[in-house]
Amino acid sequence: MRTRIRPAAVLWLLVGAVYFFLPLVATALFSLKDELTGKCCSLGSYQTILEDPQFAKALRQSFILSLETIAISLILLVPTVYWVHLKLPRLRPVISFLALIPFVVPPIILVVGLLDVFRGSPDWFYAEPYGFLVGAYVILAFPYMYFSLDSGFRAIDVHTLTEAAQSLGATWPTTLFRVILPNIRAAALAGAFLTLAIVMGEFTIAVLAAFDTFPVYIQYINETKAYPAAAVSLMSFGITWAAMLALLLVARGRATAPAVGH
Amino acid sequence: VIGIVTQWLTELGWNPYDHGFSLFTKTGIEIVYLYFQIPLMILVIAPAIDGLRREWREAASNLGASTLQFWRYVGLPILTPSLLSAVVLLFGNSFAAYATAYGLTGGSVPLVPITIGFYYSGDVLSNPHLAEALALGMFVVLAAMMAIYIPLSRISSRWVR
Repeated sequence: MRTRIRPAAVLWLLVGAVYFFLPLVATALFSLKDELTGKCCSLGSYQTILEDPQFAKALRQSFILSLETIAISLILLVPTVYWVHLKLPRLRPVISFLALIPFVVPPIILVVGLLDVFRGSPDWFYAEPYGFLVGAYVILAFPYMYFSLDSGFRAIDVHTLTEAAQSLGATWPTTLFRVILPNIRAAALAGAFLTLAIVMGEFTIAVLAAFDTFPVYIQYINETKAYPAAAVSLMSFGITWAAMLALLLVARGRATAPAVGH
Repeated sequence: VIGIVTQWLTELGWNPYDHGFSLFTKTGIEIVYLYFQIPLMILVIAPAIDGLRREWREAASNLGASTLQFWRYVGLPILTPSLLSAVVLLFGNSFAAYATAYGLTGGSVPLVPITIGFYYSGDVLSNPHLAEALALGMFVVLAAMMAIYIPLSRISSRWVR
């Protein structure tokens, strides 16, 4: 039986839609204004951004940082979560609790602490975004990566898969790479896209540690050029949105994919 | 340079900036924070509201309860732990937000995270030890919030099955 949609519900839905879409629409209109005259419509702001060499540099840097963060997080967490599910299930609540810590210690506190702890460490780590910043981002990404991997491992029968692989003579690396990994691929991808969205949008740590990542570049444009700021914000929104869309597609693939190992 | 909504409202004859409004103040930050707080609230509270069973509503009206009485004596008491834990979570989220406030006001509204940022990396007002002290104070507040949140979410998850 389908319930009738009440007029009040429609009204609230409309209010919500206006509330959330108005800023987006306004940003889009704003980004189309001409930089000199302030009149609609011109793609000049987008051109200004795309022709700025800093834009490509910052975007590439943030993208490489995301890939590095994703790689390190996966290398650290896939074997850990696998081992915890296989041999140490009692540790699961402990790790879940640890994964809450990045929420209790927000980026502003984390960056102050990390800068203090690592002050005086070698320059190849401390002065390089690919060292220090990635280390911080692995901490930020930990809960998201952990909870997606955890749900992925919960959905497969780790014990049976491992025993089957071992009784056929597989070594631990073979088991992990050729049996376990293909089965948790969707969960690992979901964690990777979440991490991508986090790193591409992280501002606090990057600005306080004085690295020029993409969000820091957006803020710089925001302070200096009004109309191109709207254009670059929309591009950033597009990147996050694409990552989330990919996440939804991966999640759907997981729901319909034939369950291997059952 | 003026914003789109300000422009529309001005064309309608009411410029909010002539009436004491400014986006770059505490009020402005509150409006902008709602954009990430409302979705978080929906994510946190939706499972709890889903957990209110239709049968409870029916049982209440069979016993003669009005809609108001149902919410007063059944709905709200069940939702209270979820609502409280959501309040704690949203408090922590707002309390710790740095990027939004900084991006919006450039640091002209002295929130705790903004102040930490200024003292830690500021050129004029550099005082890293004060920043560290503020960060520790913030951590104590957030740890207390978590200490409230975790037991509350455990109670509220009882009804969400």
